[in-house]
Amino acid sequence: MSATQLSDQLGHFGPFGGRFVPEALIGALDELAAAHQTALVDPLFIKELSDLHRTYSGRPSIITEAKRFSEHAGGARIFLKREDLNHTGSHKINNVLGQALLTKRMGKKRIIAETGAGQHGVASATAAALMGLECVVYMGEEDTKRQALNVVRMKLLGAEVIPVTQGSRTLKDAINEAMRDWVTNVETTHYLLGTVAGPHPFPVMVRDFHKIIGEESREQMLALNGKLPDAVLACVGGGSNAIGIFHAFIPDEGVRLIGLEAGGRGVETGFHAATITGGSRGVLHGTRSYVLQDKNGQTVESHSISAGLDYPGVGPEHAYLHDIGRAEYRAITDAEAMEAFSLLCKTEGIIPAIESAHALAGAIKVGKELGTDATLLINLSGRGDKDVHTAAEYFGMPL
Amino acid sequence: MSTPLERLFESTRGERAILIGYIPAGFPNQADSYRIIQAMVDGGVDAIEIGFPYSDPVMDGPIIQAAADQALRNGAGAKEVFETLKFAASLVPSLIMTYWNPIERYGVENFARDLAANGGSGVITPDLTIEESGEWISTTTAHGVNRIYVVAPSTQEERLAKVTQQGSGFIYAASLMGVTGLRTSVSSGAEDLVSRIRKTTSIPVAVGLGVSNGVQAAEVAAYADGVIVGSAFIRAVQEAPSLDAGLVAVRELAESLAAGVRSAKR
Repeated sequence: MSATQLSDQLGHFGPFGGRFVPEALIGALDELAAAHQTALVDPLFIKELSDLHRTYSGRPSIITEAKRFSEHAGGARIFLKREDLNHTGSHKINNVLGQALLTKRMGKKRIIAETGAGQHGVASATAAALMGLECVVYMGEEDTKRQALNVVRMKLLGAEVIPVTQGSRTLKDAINEAMRDWVTNVETTHYLLGTVAGPHPFPVMVRDFHKIIGEESREQMLALNGKLPDAVLACVGGGSNAIGIFHAFIPDEGVRLIGLEAGGRGVETGFHAATITGGSRGVLHGTRSYVLQDKNGQTVESHSISAGLDYPGVGPEHAYLHDIGRAEYRAITDAEAMEAFSLLCKTEGIIPAIESAHALAGAIKVGKELGTDATLLINLSGRGDKDVHTAAEYFGMPL
Repeated sequence: MSTPLERLFESTRGERAILIGYIPAGFPNQADSYRIIQAMVDGGVDAIEIGFPYSDPVMDGPIIQAAADQALRNGAGAKEVFETLKFAASLVPSLIMTYWNPIERYGVENFARDLAANGGSGVITPDLTIEESGEWISTTTAHGVNRIYVVAPSTQEERLAKVTQQGSGFIYAASLMGVTGLRTSVSSGAEDLVSRIRKTTSIPVAVGLGVSNGVQAAEVAAYADGVIVGSAFIRAVQEAPSLDAGLVAVRELAESLAAGVRSAKR
């Protein structure tokens, strides 16, 4: 295995990954893995996807140097990879376009998706509309209330949104319900999973659809500075945007890879979503990774101001990168993230997603540690329009 | 050495299918679950399957989800599961049904050891694939307990043979593509799946998912070696106005199912 080929044929990253699913799904996962492998080397697929990137999503996304923001981060040079400028407002579009194309190739007409904040649901509904697929999005009932605007967006795009009333009524329960739908309708339906978790081939496949983020940025950084950044930072919930920007840099040993997890009210309080920092090894949603769980192996509810990071699991490749020491993971509290959120708004005129604000808060810390000579690349994974309600409430602004 | 469950299948071989009843540990609470198990056995259930309540049961429909949630709120965990197993195994051959993470958390070796120590015959693992079974196979073999894998109508021949080769005790045939729950009829795909399984193995085959009354039990018992009923028992408890009424309903359901497996034309 080379440094960029960390997984085996069964989707293992060291002890992590693999498949822990009902036998009923094995056929569909094998079919998907085969479709993915074929597509990767098919010039027609590659062209179709790259045309969509160029003419629909708006790739390549640009890099913005955040000069005024960096004054608050120890003077290190800070560069933002602007995934927030993609169509639908986040990196999520990269993955859904790839999987929607695969869905058509497999002859399936219906996609199902889970969503927490609604970003992946909106992206899935978008791809379904574009390609004429039926789309059903499962969303925890709590989240449908927290993110009512995104529910309307999905409906406008022609998707059916099903509020999930089981369990904690959040993202993890939406995934459970999507899995149940998939087990029942697997012949006609593709489960368009939104992150680098779940059973093989999802962690590898979703990473492959997002790795363009890192590939573009690596070239862009070399062109801009003639050298690679000292560190690459990204927020980590399930971990798709982070793997997307990390992956091209994994062989570059001089480049530190730093994932910022949602520390909620503080990892020590138990109210957080920092799975690697504060969790333990376990199996959730079909893969072995780090999990927030109790002594009986029951999943513990996660907590974060950011709905998109509010997940008690994490992709197996991150678990592996952590264990082999290639990437570092730190927790950022709600308060630190919101301070960075506000700072970027006021210093750069960019409203970031609260998810991405965790990476910005990490940049402030790491920038201060490394000093003025350092160059940091941050994945600005999404825009913050969806978060204005949460931010207004947090900062006590009347609506 | 064979397990009590294997001896049960051996003793009924060629005569009739056995009836397996499911209940999650701690449902509706620890003490009452024992009374429900007793009512199942009194009504004619041949073997008991104790569910390990889990926070993320992707193979279960709304009825068992609700029961598992209730059990979890009551604090049911590994300790309660093994205590319940011990009680059930004192009456009839008994096994555990659990998603994989609780086993991994408890420790694979510890789980197999405590299963055996409490009289359990085996474990049904609905989300453990054979590819991830390495440690489980060696450990369950060492402790002399059965590994029961669930296969589905979508499982193709080559794979089916690989899975059934690793199983012991019996093979769990999921009657349909879907989750646990009540169905108005048992899927016609079930009989086909059972016959496909039999081409790969000589160990018994039991059918679960969607069997809820005596007529359906008789239908399945005509071609399977075991009939597994879960949601229908849970619903009988959930819908009863009192525990006592629920116990009567459970016993009557068990009697009707037991008559069903005995009336099957084989």
